[in-house]
Amino acid sequence: MSRDEMSRDEMSNGEVFVQGGRVIDATGERVADVRVVDGTIVEVGPALAPSAGATVLDAAGCVVAPGLVDIQVHFREPGREDSETIETGSRAAALGGCTAVVCMPNTDPPIDDAAVVQSVLDRARVVGLCDVRPAGCITKGRRGEELAPLGELYDLGVRVFTDDGDCVADALVMRHAFEYAAALPGAVLAQHAEDPALVRGGHMHEGAWSARLGIPGRPAVAESTIVARDLQLAKRTGGRYHVLHLSCAESAALVRAAKADGVRVTAECTPQHLVLTDEACAHFDPAFKMNPPLREQADVDALRAALLDGTIDAIATDHAPHTPESKDVPFEEAPPGMLGVETALAVVLTTLVEPGILTLAQAIGALSWQPARVVGLDAEGHGGPIVAGRPANLCVIDPAHSWSVDGARLASKSRNSPWDGWKLTGKVRHTIYAGVPTVRDHEPTR
Amino acid sequence: MMEHLLSVDDLGGRAGIESMLDLTDSFLEVTQRDIPKVPALRGKTVVSLFYEDSTRTRLSFETAAKRLSADTMTFSVSTSSVNKGESLLDTVQTIDAMGVDSIVVRHPAAGAPHRVASWTSARVINAGDGCHEHPTQALLDAFTLRRHRGPSLDGCRIAIVGDVRHSRVARSNVMAFHALGCELTLVGPPTLMPERLDGWPVAVTPDLDHVLPDVDVVYLLRIQRERIGQALFPSLREYAARWGLTVERAARCKPDTLVMHPGPMNRGIEIAGEVADSARSLVTEQVGNGVAVRMAVLWSLLGSGGPIV
Repeated sequence: MSRDEMSRDEMSNGEVFVQGGRVIDATGERVADVRVVDGTIVEVGPALAPSAGATVLDAAGCVVAPGLVDIQVHFREPGREDSETIETGSRAAALGGCTAVVCMPNTDPPIDDAAVVQSVLDRARVVGLCDVRPAGCITKGRRGEELAPLGELYDLGVRVFTDDGDCVADALVMRHAFEYAAALPGAVLAQHAEDPALVRGGHMHEGAWSARLGIPGRPAVAESTIVARDLQLAKRTGGRYHVLHLSCAESAALVRAAKADGVRVTAECTPQHLVLTDEACAHFDPAFKMNPPLREQADVDALRAALLDGTIDAIATDHAPHTPESKDVPFEEAPPGMLGVETALAVVLTTLVEPGILTLAQAIGALSWQPARVVGLDAEGHGGPIVAGRPANLCVIDPAHSWSVDGARLASKSRNSPWDGWKLTGKVRHTIYAGVPTVRDHEPTR
Repeated sequence: MMEHLLSVDDLGGRAGIESMLDLTDSFLEVTQRDIPKVPALRGKTVVSLFYEDSTRTRLSFETAAKRLSADTMTFSVSTSSVNKGESLLDTVQTIDAMGVDSIVVRHPAAGAPHRVASWTSARVINAGDGCHEHPTQALLDAFTLRRHRGPSLDGCRIAIVGDVRHSRVARSNVMAFHALGCELTLVGPPTLMPERLDGWPVAVTPDLDHVLPDVDVVYLLRIQRERIGQALFPSLREYAARWGLTVERAARCKPDTLVMHPGPMNRGIEIAGEVADSARSLVTEQVGNGVAVRMAVLWSLLGSGGPIV
């Protein structure tokens, strides 16, 4: 169908009809069709009939899920539009099944100012491919010294505050941020937990591989000491704390104990930390360089266990585009980070669901309603449930679709995917954002 | 058949290392002739691409190439377009476009030669990359030691002393000496030992005096003053007192214990000047053998398989 035909099609009737799928959300699963009118789910049930002129999306053999919510992406705008823009990032997110993302504030200028928040929101609205929510900085300029105008950013809808890319290293600054944020209901402080002194000069996980390769390491203890400190501060202040890209067994144990102790903490981990280890760096390919670094099999196993027992709430990608020229350098000179938003679901389905480590519903929960709850987007129509009256943010997943990742053909402006060449099973077939298809039959609608 | 020499691993284990050492014997004979030059690599071009100052290693490779009648070019950082911001990739593609046969790479980042190898059709030789490897140093050390303890090095007990953590020489030498059957002990302050030793075929101790009476070889690594600023050890004086091979310590070694050092030495710190100049020291012989070893490596990578002549 051509673009003109489709827009005529959609304009002729406000209805989008998702036909013949298996609906999975936090309430369970059932075979049902989903009728969407003017951005809202109006009817969910078996064997419904589309109205005349409806846009019918075939979901036979597919799973109909709430749109995915990736709470850690870097869309690089403003400042590094050569590596990604809100438009290219949003398109990649839609292809990955996302209807909402939280973009990190380490842009240039950083998102530590109301005007920058507004510019990101405005641009995202014009692009209109998914709900892009900027996270705000905890400190001005991400320098870790003075508080950013948390209240001003909050008033524009910001709920996640982080200096991601850098750790808020100063314990007193972090304590004051926790105390101040108590005046902002629903706000959460998200930490890139790596003590800058312990990771100074390091480029990969400190372990057997770094010792063999002669690459200076970033030890796991750099993460767990910050997590331990912040959990103590969160407990004392009553503040809400979120661990970004939790990567090691020790941190998982700390978060597990803190949750049992009633600390208001959530945590996420990335698909790459659930699947890959530091051995991937053995050939010095900077595609596998990231912060925190890929760790060891024992950490991978611990993260999987933590995801299963609820210690880890969400899977987020840390989608971090970098231009080819910045990655086509020696490992130690490359910037950290990798693409992820477009491949996350497929990687999770292939490496965790297919082998039986997670159920399909657990995987979708970790990618959709659980992260939505972490950042408060569940109250804004994301993450389901798929029932009449809710905003129509949906993705339709073909779990049997097999495909190969080609980094250069992903929708992102960059191509630094560590999954390049991987054969994956499972792919988003359609994505519906605010009632409008953004992806239809695996292709972006615009 | 070896495509590049990026790591001691590329040599093919004990058999591969031993055949390279055997080949080095032939080239050592060449270097001792009145006219120490053979036409084996006439028409071949070898480029040295050095991103770190290392006059001795660069000269050793270039001398080796010239004695094989190869043409040599030097691309050193201070005189090149690198200072204008050219990337390593662009530099390598430029050199590659000139149709060179081999690129000898020295770079401060571990794995840089591996990246170079993926960008060129030339044979790449690692002349030292960050803290990773320095395979021709390991070969020349094994060759030198074999001339004194050989032909077999099985059971030869070697203590490698000093900053193993930051040493590419140590990484390559551990692999090569182990492959040749040596028994290895790493000695030094715990802050200068690798953070993890899983899979390293070595014993480790901070106590130099304990191991000295038993070893056949004391291999000393160069200590860097900058490690003090990184809080890895307190002072050169304390280092020399605990881990330096002083005259008194050397006297407690067996009479036939040999002393090696990859150079350049810090006399009076990791090695006393008198020990460096003593009969048990192989330091200058190591340097001399470097040319023959690099001739063998270049000939293995670039030679057509014909006679050396």
